Amino acid sequence: MPLLQVEHLRAYYRTQVYGISRSVRAVDDVSLELFENEIYGIAGESSCGKTTLIKVISGTVKPPLRIESGHVLYDFGAFQVDMTKIDPEELRQTVRWKEISYVMQGSMSVLNPVRKIIRTFEDIVRTHQGIPNKKFFLEQTRDHVMRLGLPPDVLNLYPHQLSGGMRQRVAIALATIFQPSLIIADEPTTALDVVVQRGVLQMLKEIQAESGNTVLLVTHDLAIHANVADRVGIMYAGRIVEEAPTQVIFTAPRHPYTQHLIRSLPMIGDKSVKESLSGAPPNLANPPSGCRFHPRCPLAIDRCRTETPAMVHLSHQHRVACHLVTEGVE
Amino acid sequence: MSKDKLLHVDRVTVSFHVGGFIAGGRLLAVNNVSFSLEADRPEIFAIAGESGSGKTTLARVLLHDLEPTQGRVIFEGRDLATIKRRGDAMEFMRKVQPVFQNPFETFSPLRRVEDYLFETAIQFGRARNRRAAAPIVDEALHQVGLSLEEVRQRYPHELSGGQIQRVSVARALIPQPHLILADEPVSMVDASLRMSIVNLFRKLRDEQRVSVVYITHDLATAYYISDRIAIMLRGVVVESGPVEQVLGAPLHPYTRLLQESVPKPVVTEREQWARPINLGAMEVKEYGRVGCKFAGRCPHVMEICKHAEPPTLEVEGRAVKCFLYDEGAGPSNQPSLSSGKL
Repeated sequence: MPLLQVEHLRAYYRTQVYGISRSVRAVDDVSLELFENEIYGIAGESSCGKTTLIKVISGTVKPPLRIESGHVLYDFGAFQVDMTKIDPEELRQTVRWKEISYVMQGSMSVLNPVRKIIRTFEDIVRTHQGIPNKKFFLEQTRDHVMRLGLPPDVLNLYPHQLSGGMRQRVAIALATIFQPSLIIADEPTTALDVVVQRGVLQMLKEIQAESGNTVLLVTHDLAIHANVADRVGIMYAGRIVEEAPTQVIFTAPRHPYTQHLIRSLPMIGDKSVKESLSGAPPNLANPPSGCRFHPRCPLAIDRCRTETPAMVHLSHQHRVACHLVTEGVE
Repeated sequence: MSKDKLLHVDRVTVSFHVGGFIAGGRLLAVNNVSFSLEADRPEIFAIAGESGSGKTTLARVLLHDLEPTQGRVIFEGRDLATIKRRGDAMEFMRKVQPVFQNPFETFSPLRRVEDYLFETAIQFGRARNRRAAAPIVDEALHQVGLSLEEVRQRYPHELSGGQIQRVSVARALIPQPHLILADEPVSMVDASLRMSIVNLFRKLRDEQRVSVVYITHDLATAYYISDRIAIMLRGVVVESGPVEQVLGAPLHPYTRLLQESVPKPVVTEREQWARPINLGAMEVKEYGRVGCKFAGRCPHVMEICKHAEPPTLEVEGRAVKCFLYDEGAGPSNQPSLSSGKL
């Protein structure tokens, strides 16, 4: 059984202002599986539902976000959990940080600005496990930080004394202190310079290779996925439109949206003219009918306007949701 | 200075005072930078570097928003330091137009975007009133692939990131500028729309013969559109020249590290990108470093790099500021003070 199974998940933001209810269908019928020991990349533009999907997967659903239907099933070996039904207290005690941890874009919001880094480690360890022996805890933390290649002195500094790259690496150290089964990294290097970005991602990759856990890497930057991920899922307007091993996504994409994205990426050494798609990503409060990509798709046929394409397996690991591609396959 | 240069940046240095009243120091945000753009040959000139390299400070100097501490900026034969009167300032602003990073900050959310376009047309004397300005505004919008019909009565939040950034380029085109200064114009724009903005600058160069100074941290788009590039590190231009040479076959060790670190959207170069790099030494303050700013993490560092400023040398069609390419490099060598002239 996979580590995580997401089945036909729908999560909408429902708001009511002056009696007018409005729903934003940020995640609409998403299914995906994560296995042990892999780096799964989610790519998509802003407001395609990436972050909402992560909120549901990590169990941080708060109104107005609501899970409408579907399951989010975890199998941690010793026990199973359905994220859509779990009791918040149980989630805090058994799952969060220990099994699932989270690295986000601005790690300043993870680190307490008025306390030294070591205190943040202490808070997290105390909350989730308890610290019976302070000396042992300090030793363990020091070892952990050193194993990740960080100077142990950072533990005695305040967050503002660290550079952005160092803070992000400290956030990764925090996220891995309990050896969780799943590390969710949401745009972990977006605000960083390229050289630092490379260092931070190399560290994340090393940790993954060493401990054999699973990393869910979310970023809009496809070039990062090309270099880091094992499998990639492409999201568009609240749905996954294509999923395949990284190699396949970059060399033989099938969905017109993926094909366009890959073709339009600029690269050093390539001066050929790159074209941009017309139109803009849709508003999820009022998405287009049928395939949500059809207004921008150069290949759209009548069927695309009325009928939502289902995810169809082209091969064992390659799934795509497009009428044109899957017509003969079903 | 000769009139055949559109823009001539002559040994510009900007220093800021940092720290407290007593223990404060000076920080050279831009350190002895020189380059020039020809008037008769429109081009896209990229200034690339990481955060803290002084790109944006340099942009402020070029926009006459900040006086350089030393050096001169000459635009079409006129030293910016001599622009004092409002009329002269308006004339300069008409010819040099900016495009900024975040279009949602450029435009007030409470005003219709068309108001900015009409205002620009009237302010710079292209039209007397809104009715006369309408065709001018419409034409500028057509150049960026939009029309007045599409943006009429719209507020910034009603347009997508790509659309509104194109409106800000259209606004910059209304005064018919000779130079556009674009500071990270695509970093807030989604991937599927990014190339539409980038291609726009290319079109402006080729069809409108407008020169563009393109300031960015994104080397891939810089390679794609620019003709020449200058790589900045801690206020210093370390390498500059034709983009095919500087990014295609970089010579300065810093340019090499930077170019290698840009992840490529292909699966064939994963191993090279995964080659471990040393970040530990990066956290030091490099601004205050005497000698080469990159000496602290350069794999080829020599003794001389640590205490003498490297000379700018002409090597293989580009300018490189590095002792590695200095044939007579040695402790006895006097460090040259001249900076790279392009």
